[in-house]
Amino acid sequence: MQLAVWTYEGPPHVGAMRIASAMRDVHFVLHAPQGDTYADLLFTMIERRASRPPVTYTTFQARDLGADTANLFRDALIEANDRFRPKAILVGASCTAELIQDDPQGLARTAGLAVPVVPLELPSYAKKENWGAAETFYRVVRAFAGPHAPPPGTPRPPRPADRPPRANILGPTALGFRHRDDLREVTDLLGRLGVAVNVVAPLGASPADIARLGEADFNVVLYPEIAGTAASWLARSFGQKATRTVPLGVGATRDFIREVAELAGVDPSSVLEEEASRLPWYSRSVDSTYLTGKRVFVFGDATHAIGCARVAAEELGFTVVGLGTYSREFAREVREAAACYGVEALITDDYLEVEAKIAEAAPELVLGTQMERHIAKKHRIPCAVISAPVHVQDFPARYSPVMGFEGANVLFDTFVHPLMMGLEEHLLAMFREDFEFHDEAAPSHLGATATVAAAASSPVAAAVALSKPTEEASAAPVWTPEATKELGKVPFFVRGKARRNTERYAAERGIRTITVETLYDAKAHFAR
Amino acid sequence: MSAAAAPRAAPGCTDLPVLRERGQREVFCGLTGIVWLHRKIQDAFFLIVGSRTCAHLMQSAAGVMIFAEPRFATAIIEERDLAGLADANAELDRVVERLLARRPDIRLLFLVGSCPSEVIKLDLKRAAERLDRRFAPRVRVLNYSGSGIETTFTQGEDACLAALVPELPEAKDPGPRLLVVGVLPDVVEDQMLRLFAAMGLDRVDVLPPRRSTGLPAIAPGTLFLLAQPWLGDTARALEARGCRHLPAPFPLGAEGTTGWLRAAAEAFDVAPSRFREATALGIARAEKALAAHRPLLEGKSVFLFPDSQIEVPLARFLARECGMRPLEIGTPYLHRGLLAAELPLLPEGVTLSEGQHVDRQLDRCRRTRPDITVCGLGLANPLEAEGHTTKWSIELVFTPIQGYDQAGDLAGLFARPVDRAQRLKV
Repeated sequence: MQLAVWTYEGPPHVGAMRIASAMRDVHFVLHAPQGDTYADLLFTMIERRASRPPVTYTTFQARDLGADTANLFRDALIEANDRFRPKAILVGASCTAELIQDDPQGLARTAGLAVPVVPLELPSYAKKENWGAAETFYRVVRAFAGPHAPPPGTPRPPRPADRPPRANILGPTALGFRHRDDLREVTDLLGRLGVAVNVVAPLGASPADIARLGEADFNVVLYPEIAGTAASWLARSFGQKATRTVPLGVGATRDFIREVAELAGVDPSSVLEEEASRLPWYSRSVDSTYLTGKRVFVFGDATHAIGCARVAAEELGFTVVGLGTYSREFAREVREAAACYGVEALITDDYLEVEAKIAEAAPELVLGTQMERHIAKKHRIPCAVISAPVHVQDFPARYSPVMGFEGANVLFDTFVHPLMMGLEEHLLAMFREDFEFHDEAAPSHLGATATVAAAASSPVAAAVALSKPTEEASAAPVWTPEATKELGKVPFFVRGKARRNTERYAAERGIRTITVETLYDAKAHFAR
Repeated sequence: MSAAAAPRAAPGCTDLPVLRERGQREVFCGLTGIVWLHRKIQDAFFLIVGSRTCAHLMQSAAGVMIFAEPRFATAIIEERDLAGLADANAELDRVVERLLARRPDIRLLFLVGSCPSEVIKLDLKRAAERLDRRFAPRVRVLNYSGSGIETTFTQGEDACLAALVPELPEAKDPGPRLLVVGVLPDVVEDQMLRLFAAMGLDRVDVLPPRRSTGLPAIAPGTLFLLAQPWLGDTARALEARGCRHLPAPFPLGAEGTTGWLRAAAEAFDVAPSRFREATALGIARAEKALAAHRPLLEGKSVFLFPDSQIEVPLARFLARECGMRPLEIGTPYLHRGLLAAELPLLPEGVTLSEGQHVDRQLDRCRRTRPDITVCGLGLANPLEAEGHTTKWSIELVFTPIQGYDQAGDLAGLFARPVDRAQRLKV
């Protein structure tokens, strides 16, 4: 058993729902107990879909257990088919139904439906949401594109010279972080390269579209977590190559353009020459100088974590002090990326472990999921969201891709906004001793009487005090009043780090009393 | 119609036939009750023994409480736990040990059963007894089921409180005492206790208490008043210990609150004049607050999908105090005994439905075209997209809506979507 308060991923059947909800003319009949319909509201509320997900639940209850659940499944299947008239039906079991061992595939076969039925195996006690999405997409692709595959070993015929190159875009789903806008951005990029889009799947695709996947010359894989399995099958069955670069950031987008051009046999130079992103100039402008070496901790799904770490390091000049993922399936890729930054990859789905690593790394910026947003808030560290799972605010109304050149603009703003802008930071440092601008001064519109509580009761001080294990308290060095006062002059957002560093410095040298000199010795010691 | 007048109503809906349906139910399971139960009992921890789905549900339902270090978690069953039951018990002990070491402030631990734990017949009752012996006296360990196969949404609270009833100490002095049963928001609970005090009732306890160390004492003859309509099992457990249920309408709106308080006042022989004095101000305030919302609601039809079992008292309030016309009142379970004081107050001609076949119910809803549809978040936006005005129902469980001083807020929850629909010009 694993003790979990928050989970980065849902169960695999939620991944299957993401595929079914993304597609057209497909209905998913899920053998599940009463209550599992909660997952509907992820789609209707977080993604704000205007229709119910195309999912029928059998909703069995305790009194149905026994032979009755199988009938319940068959009845629900026949009724869903009559009511919704889909072109294809997916059938599967949620975690509880997996235990009662009704056989959705066998039951679907005996129901004698006129539409194709795709059975899904969703091992709920071993796998998770992204795996479920990848597996479901793979099963759907096999079921509908499979019959059109040439015999194994057939070489792919060359593209006729008079036909423009065609690509499938694979991976966007329902409930995907920025999938809607990434798709538009990448479609536009392909258009500028002269590559036609054959099929986008699963988002917006019908079973008939899936059947046409083999007609494309190659595949663009936007989200390997979801489309990787299907893309390797398409490579084996149709000889379609697939892109490996995910266009997150300016550099990766340029690499992606080169890769697509190579697969399509077109010339990328005109598209590469256009300076389509503001990121390079914004990053060079002097106000961004203060971003240099800012310590950033990156955590998310593997694709976004790797992509955003590269943007942070190469395009904003940050120092990556932590890189991790909850996508165990992609641990190897994340480890390789982490090695480039000289850090050890964190592969975990336990948010407490992520919190401990963040506290240890003491970054100045966290890039992560909504969990990291809350962790960062608790530790008062600036944070930006770069990966699912996300809340409703990260399904924005405005155009906000994270891929391609516009995506790079979005990433620049997203990473920089939580940090203080350069001028603001400079002014704060300059005036930090000012009588109306010190940490404990209340906003001026509240008047002189509204002073906030003393530093000891401030959340930062409390957090710093709490983070110190009690058993070490007696051994911890003592701060002289002068040193404490001097520490108070350090801006609040780095004070915790200064305190920790100083105490570590003192502890390592056996210094029992921290003076102003110790504080500055430690500062010199830890200076980068 | 004065809300203060005793509701000596026509037969109303008492004998109305009930439409019972079976099919897909668009409802939460009982685990969701943990979201408000853990806020109420401040030293309790709720450990679900279930699957990743259970953890995912809790996270979806609890939303932004993520940073509050919530006092609930899930012990996620993994493949190796399914291999053999003895192993699962050892694993559970290990998880509980780790949990209690991390949270030394916990005094009461609930092992909460889920669909997976019940289907594999993991005996959580025995596990609770074993762990209770092990961690006594520091931590009490109890068990109940919040599974979807057994419980719908608020029934999780019923199962939790029913599990607490055997723990209630026996009162030493068996004088008359009142027990208010059901989670009410603290602000509402305090208002109610002040009203009871104003009537001269000073021995009033609440279940659940805010701390598990302060469990109320009961004795044969203790009278109890249900604050929520979903507490059938808890009521039965209290009756089994000799307590007596006071039938009353539920404290929604001025009329419901007065009826609820009157049930206690009559049982404790409070003089009618004293009762009027205690409640007059509250009634006047409630009526004033309700009047502000009435123009938007009067004459509007309302369709309620099943969710929490609050639907019948709610429809009564909307009909009698807001002038609305209920078309269909859906409820996951219709407990006629507990609703004995409510059903006669419903307007005639309303359809009562128990259980759900969500697609057929949606067909009925579309056909009758109600002015407001009360439904869950899985249905709300899709119905709005079809041009229906909706009020999402979970808010009725998380928001303070009971009592005189919340009557206006309760009406406001329904007036707001109507107001909004009128304002929006795009």
